[in-house]
Amino acid sequence: MRTVIARRAQRAVAGSARLWQASPLTYVVLIFGIALSAFPLYWMFVVATRTNDVVGAVPPPFVAGQHLGENMNRLFDNEQAHFAKALVNSAIASAVVAFSTVFFSSLAGFAFAKLRFRGRNALLLVIVATMMVPVQMGIIPLYMVMVHLHWTGKLQAVIVPFLVTGFGVFMMRQYASQAVPDELIEAARVDGASTFRIFWSVVLPALRPAASVLALFTFMQTWNEFIWPRAVLNPDNPTVQYSLALLNSAYFNDYTLMFAGTVVATVPLFIVFVVFGRQIIGGIMEGAVKA
Amino acid sequence: MALDVRPAPPGARAAPPSRRRRWRSRLSRLDMSLSPYLYISPFYLLFLVFGLFPLGYTFWVSLNHWEIIGGHEFIGLRNYERLLTDDQFWNAVGNTFAIFLIATIPQLVLALLLANALNRKMRAPTLFRMGVLLPLVTSVAAVAIVFTQIFGRDYGMANWFLHFFGVHSVDWQANKWSSWLAIATMVDWRWTGYNALIFLAGMQAIPRSLYEAAAIDGASRMKQFWRITVPLLRPTIVFVTIISTIGGLQLFTEPLLFNNGYMNGGSLRQSQTVAMYMFENAFQRFQYGYGSAVAWMLFLLILVFSLFNFLIIRRLAGGEK
Repeated sequence: MRTVIARRAQRAVAGSARLWQASPLTYVVLIFGIALSAFPLYWMFVVATRTNDVVGAVPPPFVAGQHLGENMNRLFDNEQAHFAKALVNSAIASAVVAFSTVFFSSLAGFAFAKLRFRGRNALLLVIVATMMVPVQMGIIPLYMVMVHLHWTGKLQAVIVPFLVTGFGVFMMRQYASQAVPDELIEAARVDGASTFRIFWSVVLPALRPAASVLALFTFMQTWNEFIWPRAVLNPDNPTVQYSLALLNSAYFNDYTLMFAGTVVATVPLFIVFVVFGRQIIGGIMEGAVKA
Repeated sequence: MALDVRPAPPGARAAPPSRRRRWRSRLSRLDMSLSPYLYISPFYLLFLVFGLFPLGYTFWVSLNHWEIIGGHEFIGLRNYERLLTDDQFWNAVGNTFAIFLIATIPQLVLALLLANALNRKMRAPTLFRMGVLLPLVTSVAAVAIVFTQIFGRDYGMANWFLHFFGVHSVDWQANKWSSWLAIATMVDWRWTGYNALIFLAGMQAIPRSLYEAAAIDGASRMKQFWRITVPLLRPTIVFVTIISTIGGLQLFTEPLLFNNGYMNGGSLRQSQTVAMYMFENAFQRFQYGYGSAVAWMLFLLILVFSLFNFLIIRRLAGGEK
């Protein structure tokens, strides 16, 4: 009797191990999902390489044409979209915000995780609370602040308010408390290192994995920011997303022009994704990151 | 999110009484006591000026009749009273919730399915994960523009595809349901893979021995999924739902570009969301006071609805006892 049960158990366990193998059906589901994910991007590229004749074509074209260069020229020559300027603006804003967010978040995260000071927990709670407030809440008075500072229409308006985020601080704090051993900091102290020296040469190198994920996400987020630039910048000095929206409302019949714009706006993110995909996925799956 | 309160490392030991040493130890003590505040101050300064002040100020502005030119006058809660009977506001609330529901429910189911498929031993797992995440790295405006074209009335690919099934020329922008559906599709396309990865992370934390035990008891795959995976995934499901709620109720870019940049969301306001209505009031009608009241209502909606979701999901995913 007992052997029968044992044998049945063994078979069931072996069976369940086999069940963890991906079946052909699993691959079919996944490949279908990925095809759906990739298709609009592929289609975007196809239209960007065609002429506007494709607009009425039945069936729609599924292969790339040869007019990419031409459409790019039209895009960058377009006087209403200021696309080249928009690219530069977005690149500057995204890079500065990403760099500064990582630096200040690491610094504050280190302080919260490894230094002792009065009011630490209460101050940390404030940071967690700020993460819950939706950004759009403050957009109207933030705009009024910008009017007072004479920053409307200027690039710093989309940079300065976002130089460090509560989310970044919290993420780096979580990472620092488990990635940096206390003994290391103590040893550096005994050697007479100042607090900043400890941060710079001991803590920052240890934080690198989380810092790179934070940098990537901040860059992507800033690049994709739309509602605030749309509110505070002017059409003659836009960011990429704003410029795309301008194209969209002014030339909604000129698909190849718009699609050329969407391709250019997506390429930098795509490159970041291909190069750092593994880290990005790791960051999301550690639950540390919300986009 | 437990706060950990580990003691900080002990500081430099008391220095022997030599003048230079004493000076150095005083400096080091100053460094120890001031540095933490210095390091965390950038966030608080920035938050004070660009976060907290605007937030409080929004509330103050919302209590005023406040337009771009001329002064402003305190009117108490009158903006909120007006909101309660403002058909355009409730229309926007209805649209936002409709799009949110149409988008979120299928999205969660699809994400669970995808995560379940990804949670297997397979070749090149990173490649598959990157594949499902691909839409997230596309710029928002680009997604909106591409999908708007796909959902075009005359030459759009969606209509071309549907005509094989005998459906002819849906004017996606013109009707409530069709525009909601199109916008929800954009949202789902972008976020399903991301949520699948979060679910996957949750699934990987479930001990395999539970499934083995269930297999011994003769539970089918289906039963294992519903009785083990889903209940144990409850915290992750709650997290994803709340994140989706916060994002979904603030929806702005997709419906805006779907309507070629018009804040009103179509001639009959078919697809105007609350965020668009706020923007329309503040930056097109220049009624800052009223726009701010919309902003506060949006915040309250998000808060109440997140709580509501939290309670529902906790009950639903709990399974029958």
